[in-house]
Amino acid sequence: MSLTIGILALQGDYEAHARVLARLGLMPERDSDRLFPPPPSAAQPEFVGHWRFVRSPADLADLDGVILPGGESSTMLKFLEDEALWRGLGALLQRQAVFATCAGVILLARQVGNPPQRSLAALDITVERNAYGRQIDSSVRQGEWAPGTPDAGRPLEMVFIRAPKIADIGPKVEVLATESGLPVLVRQGRILAATFHPELGADLALHRLFLRAASA
Amino acid sequence: MPTPELRLKTGLAEMLKGGVIMDVTDAAQAQIAEQAGAAAVMALERVPADIRKEGGVARMASIRKMREIMQSVSIPVMAKCRIGHLVEAQILQALGVDYIDESEVLTPADEAYHVDKHAFTVPFVCGARNLGEALRRIAEGAAMIRTKGEAGTGDVVHAVRHMRAIVREMRELTLLREEELFGRAKELAAPVELVRLVAREGRLPVPNFSAGGIATPADAALVMQLGAEAVFVGSGIFKSEDPAARARAIVRATTHYRDPQVLLEVSSELGEPMRGLDAAAIRPEEQLQTRGW
Repeated sequence: MSLTIGILALQGDYEAHARVLARLGLMPERDSDRLFPPPPSAAQPEFVGHWRFVRSPADLADLDGVILPGGESSTMLKFLEDEALWRGLGALLQRQAVFATCAGVILLARQVGNPPQRSLAALDITVERNAYGRQIDSSVRQGEWAPGTPDAGRPLEMVFIRAPKIADIGPKVEVLATESGLPVLVRQGRILAATFHPELGADLALHRLFLRAASA
Repeated sequence: MPTPELRLKTGLAEMLKGGVIMDVTDAAQAQIAEQAGAAAVMALERVPADIRKEGGVARMASIRKMREIMQSVSIPVMAKCRIGHLVEAQILQALGVDYIDESEVLTPADEAYHVDKHAFTVPFVCGARNLGEALRRIAEGAAMIRTKGEAGTGDVVHAVRHMRAIVREMRELTLLREEELFGRAKELAAPVELVRLVAREGRLPVPNFSAGGIATPADAALVMQLGAEAVFVGSGIFKSEDPAARARAIVRATTHYRDPQVLLEVSSELGEPMRGLDAAAIRPEEQLQTRGW
């Protein structure tokens, strides 16, 4: 099956996500979605399909999955004041596979603190923004897959940059990985959410997991 | 794969892509910037247009002002140190700012050397007019490059010249043969390892932003279309008639930089831009961009 994946491109590291999708075999859908310079084609394409940068409500049509990237959540929220974009994205989150990293997780959370801000409330978690401190406290850490997951105990490299903290999770939320005992990778239905940045690392596992969910 | 430290430093710059970093001089301005959707703010004592007008030695901003700004917003806060002033940089790191701009807008503290940026945990951004200058700064540890442009003028022509030069020189490198890269490295006065890396990848190993003279939404979209990955706006916002409206418009123009309909919409009813200075009328010895080595 050929996938069409939307990457929310209001602000943030949306191109980093596109470069990971390119490594897994996806191509830009439109000329305006091309990257400069173009990434090398995947040595062994694992998926077939395209990515599309999402900036307006029309860009949300016919997507199999959507990525909410890292960046500044308060900046992205300014663009989501466009009600058509807010509603369109909200509807998509109920139906399709979703992968959110860092600021994207803040947009999805049921409740946001430090400071409180509006959110799409599609994922039953409470997050605290900038809970680990400022840039000087950012770090690359080795977390691990949680017990009960297929990769239980295997280390997972995590790049944390001014990361939010998942302070509370609802009953339908599975914890897939932890770091220092705190949940940092969670799943609820077809929504996968990481407070770190797999798009800045070498491990393609989480993007693979997301694309498999989008294929299902 | 770069070292974990460099990945964290460039990682924050990755998060700022597609965004606008706005110069602010106090907490009230910082809040206006955040409300307008700025991805980060740059704390400084005076905006470049005032430094140009008033003269005198331009230094790191006052600690009290920077603390107030850091406490008033949740987005990253950057601050400027003078070129080569490693102690101002140490103080800014101890203060906990998220990024340091070793900036030609302030009066240089060293006539020969820039700060050794590898010695710091906090990431640095530096200005460049061409690829050689960009690669020298990256060799010293800069985790983000921005064009210098000509700060405080509201005239975008130098930012355009610098962005075009950097992008063109990178494209040229990708066409050279291996043995030709040594000669080119010598001409660029840059380390051959970095020259080889750019020749292979076709882009800088760190994010490439634009600054210096951006005053309108159209200016921001212009540098984005020429290859900038994000935009710094200095005097352009708070020297205009309606800073909040202009800040919002520049944020929208930077995201929708390829969409003329949105650019038309955000360029309407903005109030007067900063008056500005024709950059061509500035005497060479009064240019800020020639500071840095």
